[in-house]
Amino acid sequence: MSARRIFARPARLAAIAPYLWLLLFFLVPFGFVLKISLSQTAIAQPPYTPLFDLGGGWTEIRSAFAALSLDNFKLLVSDDLYVLSYVRSLYVAVASTFMLLLIGYPIAYGMARLPRRWQAVAMVLVIVPFWTSFLIRIYAWINILQHDGLLNQILLALRLVPSPVVWLSTDSAMYLGIVYSYLPFMILPLYATLARMEPAIEEAAADLGAAPWQVFWLVTFPLSLPGVAAGALLCFIPIIGEFVIPDLLAGSNALMIGQTLWLEFFTNKDWPVASATAIVLLIVLLVPLLLYERLQRRQLEEAR
Amino acid sequence: MGLAGKMAEESSRIDAGAGPGPRQAAPADGDVPLLRIDKVAKKFGTFRAVDGVSLDIAAGEFFALLGPSGCGKTTLLRMLAGFETPDEGRILLGGRDIAQVLPHERPINMMFQNYALFPHLSVRDNIAFGLKRAGMARGEIAARVAEMVALVKLDGLEKRKPDQLSGGQKQRVALARSLARRPQVLLLDEPLAALDKKLRESTQGELMELQRRLGMTFIVVTHDQEEAMTMASRIGVMDSGRLEQVATPHELYEAPNSRWIAGFVGDVNLFDGEITSRDNHRLTIATRDAGTLVVAEPRNPVTKPNVSVAIRPEKVKLSLRGPATDAINGSSINRLDGVVAEVCYLGGSTNYKLKLDSGSHLRSSIANTARIDIDAYGVNQHVVAWFAPDDCLVLEQ
Amino acid sequence: MARRRVSSFNIASLALGLAFLYLPIVILVIYSFNASRLVTVWGGWSLRWYAELFNDDAMIEAAWMSLRVAGASATIATVLGTLAAVALSRGERFRGRTLFSGMLYAPLVMPEVITGLSLLLLFVALNAERGFWTVTIAHTTLTMCFVAVVVQSRLASLDRSLEEAAMDLGCDPARAFLAVTLPLIAPAIAAGWMLAFTISLDDLVIASFTTGPGSATLPIRIYSEVRLGVKPEINAISTLIVGFIAVIIVVASLASKLSSAQGENAAPL
Repeated sequence: MSARRIFARPARLAAIAPYLWLLLFFLVPFGFVLKISLSQTAIAQPPYTPLFDLGGGWTEIRSAFAALSLDNFKLLVSDDLYVLSYVRSLYVAVASTFMLLLIGYPIAYGMARLPRRWQAVAMVLVIVPFWTSFLIRIYAWINILQHDGLLNQILLALRLVPSPVVWLSTDSAMYLGIVYSYLPFMILPLYATLARMEPAIEEAAADLGAAPWQVFWLVTFPLSLPGVAAGALLCFIPIIGEFVIPDLLAGSNALMIGQTLWLEFFTNKDWPVASATAIVLLIVLLVPLLLYERLQRRQLEEAR
Repeated sequence: MGLAGKMAEESSRIDAGAGPGPRQAAPADGDVPLLRIDKVAKKFGTFRAVDGVSLDIAAGEFFALLGPSGCGKTTLLRMLAGFETPDEGRILLGGRDIAQVLPHERPINMMFQNYALFPHLSVRDNIAFGLKRAGMARGEIAARVAEMVALVKLDGLEKRKPDQLSGGQKQRVALARSLARRPQVLLLDEPLAALDKKLRESTQGELMELQRRLGMTFIVVTHDQEEAMTMASRIGVMDSGRLEQVATPHELYEAPNSRWIAGFVGDVNLFDGEITSRDNHRLTIATRDAGTLVVAEPRNPVTKPNVSVAIRPEKVKLSLRGPATDAINGSSINRLDGVVAEVCYLGGSTNYKLKLDSGSHLRSSIANTARIDIDAYGVNQHVVAWFAPDDCLVLEQ
Repeated sequence: MARRRVSSFNIASLALGLAFLYLPIVILVIYSFNASRLVTVWGGWSLRWYAELFNDDAMIEAAWMSLRVAGASATIATVLGTLAAVALSRGERFRGRTLFSGMLYAPLVMPEVITGLSLLLLFVALNAERGFWTVTIAHTTLTMCFVAVVVQSRLASLDRSLEEAAMDLGCDPARAFLAVTLPLIAPAIAAGWMLAFTISLDDLVIASFTTGPGSATLPIRIYSEVRLGVKPEINAISTLIVGFIAVIIVVASLASKLSSAQGENAAPL
């Protein structure tokens, strides 16, 4: 037995309450999603037929199993609407993660180069928007991008465009919104790895004859890859399921999967199809989620 | 007896002011030692960090555990504190096995290597921390804290937080905090490692003085042999989880029991060879690299023919033509011819490295006893090195 | 110590990045004081829209609901998240640890539509009346992982020998935790609470799923207005929220400064 173990016994007891909470409010609900994704749609309240009633006894359960249907999943595969929105979500997530990396890296690099005292200030400045309401930040862009908004006013005043440009309800506006909202998520992990790096390592590379771009490409960038991975996953995963940004900024001709799910649930009131959509989305996310979980655990282990 | 009772007993002893001096010998046979470590072993996975260590420590001793990093000395110390539990063996404190007793129930305290001062508490509250846990009365705590503050000369700093203290001051707070409960044994884990050289030397003296005044048992872990030899009355040298030798500093230096100890504690020249004859308490040894050497027969008879001759550099004298004949009583002085290969001037002494005719090296350290040194030798100069048989050690290979 | 050179490229990218992050919010705040009903036409400074806001009972009710939910869920999440962080960073290995940490950290990146939908289905199955408590439970589930991350990273950076020293000086493990560990992680716990509070205040998607009729939160209310277009009142309420959160951040940074004055690293976030 060691000192750590003396401490470990009471510490483990602390897990009981959060463990039970998460089982009840995180794990069990997924069971319900799965169950309802396999049941039939009904025009009722709630709008689906209960799968089985345990009060009904054995025959009831058997008939319920017979009624289990993969119809909702078949619908997802056969209907272009769903397939297209999954593909679009993946595409948007990959593209915007790439843009975030391109924009976030120089900012994080600039932060890591500042003198210590200013680094702390820059860090706070990047974190503050992260605390500020997501919805309000998107709304701020609607203000700017609308037909007679500030952007068009400036462009017209400078005579760069003959008439107001349509910004809202376009993919450009959506990408702008995504990059704007997720930028702190990309910058912070990148900054964390870049700031931890010994300045002497870059100096050693320069001392051994590497030009500045070689120092960056051969030393700095490879060493920052864990931060790149963390930042990319931290953005990629939630962007796939994003609802608010595409709903407010993008056009309605092509939907992301989060919008489709929302639409099925709130507008079409088709809970089984919405649940099936969620299950498929979860499967799509499984690999990046597991990657992220591994990364997270390794980082915490390193911090010890 | 409860902790409070023990502390009362301790404090009456301390108040009486009588304690044995620091240079106390090993506990005599038959006495019950204060602390008995009995065949203690600790494994981490398959790695045997501590491998069957037995050791007795008497009340009032200043004992040092010395060894290179990873030798198991810190693990042994942590087992005494209760942070690790031995896999095998017993730890007896005053005859009671405490191997399974939790840290907070042991009358043993520890001074941590990085001090582990509570950053959210003032100096006063840090020192009072253990006293409050022992359920002492308020007034008593205040008195004891004041006593400790005076003892380690921290007057006026009671309200400071640890990060407002210098390294030396932090060290004193840590010491006062671990002494406040008047433990039966105080464990010190590399107590001076974080201090700079000058401060370390003065603190060594203060620690010794404190230990002598309190008559308390100190066990210090260190990797610094000079520190161990300066402070401790006895030293236990550890390597690879085993206790290699337990001896006074003098014994350890002049009579190491293995080649490894001889090399670990101080500098040494070693020549491997074979015993060719023995008579009149003198062994004649034919060495591979230094010809035939005559050495004094050790107290413990040598059983194997293959041995090593060890000679400390400061016992190797140098001159241009060899020793004056009247300086030798008898004919058995060892004499080696060589060429100076390296000279290293250290201020108080000069270290020479000679290349012998065999091609191997012999190191000699000459004290610079005069300001203008007429005896300095230069590189490539031919010199004669000589040393007495009594200054040589015979070690089994 | 070696000093890195700051190039003009570094400065430019940092300045542009920060401008990009802040400009839209600054513009929003300025427009909220615009006297004109037409959002884009500047009609001089005015507090008109703030006054109208205070007559908007539905908006005030939604704001009150959001504050209550945020307060309650942040408090529960802080308790649960701190317990979880302690178990994970001090509990060593225990059965179900992988599942536990997996469940704890998944909501951090789980798309909100999934979390919201699954919780709603649970509440429907339990026949729970949807409103304040269902949203509070949902937000607690969402935010406790943020608290756990903040507290756990503080616990990981805490010197373990401090706890050993406490035990050496006579504390049993529980006492050692209360007397030494807890005071040292308190700033991180406070930061965790504030983070949970702002996330709850901000959430639209999960609240939309789990709330019932007649108990809209502020983001739900704002969202339904925004969908209909830009309105000056929304600029005003947004400015109020931004100001409110700014106050929270100032308090948080003061708290972390307080903790760094205690000689330890400030809590993250």
